[in-house]
Amino acid sequence: MRKVRMAFTGNEAVAYAMKQINPDVVAVYPITPQTEIMHSFSIYVADGEVDTNLVTVESEHSAMSACVGASAAGARVMTATASQGLALMHEILYIASALRLPIVMPVVNRALSAPINIHCDHSDMMGSRDSGWIQIFTENANEAYHSVILGVKLAEKVNLPVMIGLDGFIISHGMEVVETLPTEEIRNFLGERKPVYSLLDVDNPITVGPLDLQDYFFEHKRAQIEAMEEAREVIPKVHEEYNKKFETNLPDFVEPYKIEDAELGVIAMGSAAGTMKEVVDKLREKGKRVGLLRIRIFRPFPSGEILKYTKHLCALGIMDRAHSLSGLGGPLWTEVRSVFYGESCVPPDMNFIYGLGGRDFFMEDGEKIFDYLEKLVEGKEQSGSVKYIGLRE
Amino acid sequence: MKKTWKVLKEESFGAIIKDAGNSREFKTGSWRTKKPVWNENACTHCLFCWLYCPDSCIIVENGKMKGIDYNYCKGCGLCASVCPTTKKGKAIKMEEEVL
Repeated sequence: MRKVRMAFTGNEAVAYAMKQINPDVVAVYPITPQTEIMHSFSIYVADGEVDTNLVTVESEHSAMSACVGASAAGARVMTATASQGLALMHEILYIASALRLPIVMPVVNRALSAPINIHCDHSDMMGSRDSGWIQIFTENANEAYHSVILGVKLAEKVNLPVMIGLDGFIISHGMEVVETLPTEEIRNFLGERKPVYSLLDVDNPITVGPLDLQDYFFEHKRAQIEAMEEAREVIPKVHEEYNKKFETNLPDFVEPYKIEDAELGVIAMGSAAGTMKEVVDKLREKGKRVGLLRIRIFRPFPSGEILKYTKHLCALGIMDRAHSLSGLGGPLWTEVRSVFYGESCVPPDMNFIYGLGGRDFFMEDGEKIFDYLEKLVEGKEQSGSVKYIGLRE
Repeated sequence: MKKTWKVLKEESFGAIIKDAGNSREFKTGSWRTKKPVWNENACTHCLFCWLYCPDSCIIVENGKMKGIDYNYCKGCGLCASVCPTTKKGKAIKMEEEVL
């Protein structure tokens, strides 16, 4: 297969993937740092390189609403957003997933206000973690590119919407080499969307989104819960199919990095995982047995994979680029802890909050995390404590 | 027998309703505490009741009032309220709903 190496920012890579996918409908509203995706994509539309009906709406709430309508009509639909835009969509996110509409949406991860900030953290997607969308967090532009294409396949297989996170500015605006695939092959791989139902099927009229009270709501919600469980089975298969077809190495739920024989391990998501791989390599050279487990798919939550790769550790650090303000700690940490409850002999753990509002995460910060974990093993730090990395204290 | 979630997962995918107009099956007459009673002799067939009824419960045939559909009438009393007074009294009066 002829792959072409192209220099793209993360946003351009996503827009290029969208061009190759040629979705039927894209509804969009600009927001930093996502705007560049739609800026690039709208050029493809204006130049006639896609057949997409680009709907420019007056807000993200409307963007997602337009996506729901178009998807219910049977179209292949995409949009993109970030931060406040995702927050404004919140209400409609739940409708998209409950109606089982395979909408695909890159989300350029940016901190939620206040104070107002345009830079990276994961608080936006963490705010919609229970909206019934499949959530992918990517590490770099190349992965974001492939995840958008794979996301369409996956969404339409399981009939659930898929959100693909790429770290604001770090991935979205950083220029990288992306290994692009031939457009024809992508279109063959995706084929045409075959909707389960369609609003435009006038021979079989249906009602979409009717009132559903005490009598039936619970049953329909249970069916949706099952759909997410079924997605857990389908996700590895779609990845396998994708990797085989396109000769790629896209990990599915998690990416273990030198963690199998590690004593100290860290769980991370997004671009910081790339930094942590370098940290792991550096410390391994010094003879330290350290490793990383990168979580790529956050929803459905990879409980089994986390147990498999981290249960043997002497100490486990969980890195959160968001705080849940719940009085507990970061959202990833609390969920990892819930995986361990009920297991015997689990590693002591610490939560590391880092990078809020785009605060840089350097290799020294990563080394500091492993220092803490060493101290945890020595009994000089307490299991279950929350540390802030890169914060002026 | 109402359907289980496993059946609904297939039959009502995404909680859609496949058979159009099925609210007809949802009978709301039991909500009533007062019922409209129609006196044909007093009726002028002005059809104000038909015009105002929010639940389409006034049965009309060939332009004439024929009766009230108690399957869906919730007893709101609008029909009785708009019914014009005649020498014979109102054609629609609200009465207690007696079991």
